[in-house]
Amino acid sequence: MRSLLLSIGFIVCMMMQPAFALLEIEISQGVESALPIAVTAISSDSSSQTRLITQVISADLHHSGLLGVVERERYPDGLINKKQVEYQQWRDNGIEALLVVSTQSISADQFRVEFFLYDLVRNKRSLAHTVNSNSQSLRRVAHKISDVVFKSLIGMRGAFSTRIAYITEMGIGKEKQYILRVADADGHNPRSVFMSNKQLMSPVWSSNGSKLAYVSFENERSEIFIQDMASGKREKVSSAPGLNSAPAWSPNDQQLALTLSQDGDPNIYILDLQSGKKRQVTSHYGIDTEPTWSADGDSIYFTSNRSGSPQIYRLSLSGGKAERISFNGRYNAAAALSPNGELLAMVHNNGQGYRIGVLNLRNDSFHVITDGGLDEAPSFAPNGSMIIFSTRRSGSTILSAVSADGRVQQQFRLQAGKVREPTWSPFR
Amino acid sequence: MKHFRYLFPLLIAGFLVACSGNQVKPNDTEANASGASSSSRALDSESSSVGIEDQQGVMLDALDDPANPLSVRIIYFEYDSAEVNQDSLDAVRSHGQYLSVNENRMLRLEGHADERGTREYNLALGESRAKTVRDLLILEGAQPGQIEIVSFGEERPAVLGSDEASLQKNRRAEIVY
Repeated sequence: MRSLLLSIGFIVCMMMQPAFALLEIEISQGVESALPIAVTAISSDSSSQTRLITQVISADLHHSGLLGVVERERYPDGLINKKQVEYQQWRDNGIEALLVVSTQSISADQFRVEFFLYDLVRNKRSLAHTVNSNSQSLRRVAHKISDVVFKSLIGMRGAFSTRIAYITEMGIGKEKQYILRVADADGHNPRSVFMSNKQLMSPVWSSNGSKLAYVSFENERSEIFIQDMASGKREKVSSAPGLNSAPAWSPNDQQLALTLSQDGDPNIYILDLQSGKKRQVTSHYGIDTEPTWSADGDSIYFTSNRSGSPQIYRLSLSGGKAERISFNGRYNAAAALSPNGELLAMVHNNGQGYRIGVLNLRNDSFHVITDGGLDEAPSFAPNGSMIIFSTRRSGSTILSAVSADGRVQQQFRLQAGKVREPTWSPFR
Repeated sequence: MKHFRYLFPLLIAGFLVACSGNQVKPNDTEANASGASSSSRALDSESSSVGIEDQQGVMLDALDDPANPLSVRIIYFEYDSAEVNQDSLDAVRSHGQYLSVNENRMLRLEGHADERGTREYNLALGESRAKTVRDLLILEGAQPGQIEIVSFGEERPAVLGSDEASLQKNRRAEIVY
């Protein structure tokens, strides 16, 4: 049944990045207690490489909302070098952490990037590392540095080196194009991985981050495809009669939970990707869809309207009855589980619009953390710190990210087209 | 049944000419029934033996009468509902009776949703809408094999806009002969 489809017709794999597709991030809301940090080159280094690296790191740390990158005007007088730091002077200027970066050219296109992180409150150097880079990998190196700096200062693994995938809709009428894109977590370096003049939906990363599954209407109906990110190869994995939608990878990537209506009403099935065998796991009249796996792979969460309106249910895959777990509001759907399994984000409506709500599975507390009218498609960062989602802004659709506690919110502003259905990659 | 399979791609091809805005290619109907794909593909090469002209007599019937309830090709729905309104029942029944009399006729029901709510839920909701209409057609005597169902959820709105009037036009099932 499986067919391997390589670039045919309207399919363009791994296209060159269009210049207009750059995402910009704006912090619309931050925390007051953000830790003040200076990110700077050593005084003797005015290279373009170091400037780029410090810019990328500054943006990463700032976007977290947990760190406040201070302006150069607030630096104390005097030269900055990597060996001697006047802790008291920096501290007197209200700065609590200092990251110093320098780059040396070691051959034609090879650089040695050094960085030092100083804890100005505890009077100690907390990090000192050297990384090699070429001109193509400078941004990646910078994100890696952000990751370890974030970990050192906040105590949580940074997710700056990860990626997001999303659907972009461009053009109007017959010129309309739907593009599946992958960008760095800061929105830079967007690559088109699949383009169609028919609708694309529901992209989702495999648990190891090497593939995306998504729904395509290229054959005038919903079908599920898997695409390998390294090779660009696509494979159609489900085209049963009726719906083929809502793919979700099992934690070991060997199975795909999905929604099929081949036997009547939409129900959740589990497709074994090796054998191609399908197992039906829900069988209820009405709609069952949007499965997502628990971290241990033993159960799934899904949306069902069996109570009369969409609500979230949990089902053990070893048997038993589905148990309703969302009770706030008349509409709860598209659940996304945090990496530690504690939080369940969902699209929630209590009469005030579609917003992102977070249910704490430990203590059953529920909080609405966004204030849009049509906020959709929540997806957790792999460190659990942020939730990316799509939101309406002045007639278009853009991506936005909010911290899981709702305190920090940032917007990814795209230059052209509607952007939606973001999915945050796992760690590499 | 074999007879239907033979005619199906040809009919669709014929109606493509008549129905402007229809984007369906004949090959896309192969999802309708298991095993249908090979037979329709084989038949495509013979399609010249039964030309579009042969269907003209059928085309100029009640379907083309603007005063006939059959001219209603879009059924509208309430928010998050797949129930056919009283207002639309006459039209749906007429289509069912038409199918029951014209056994060679096929139609496709395209289910749609407005933009509110999640895309995947709306995809399922669109299918529910198409299926409610299908069940009413069958009640009136249509055969299941005459009806194909597809859902586009909120992916193909009839009109752009987020006001209630626009949303209302997008919650629909389209009847495509």
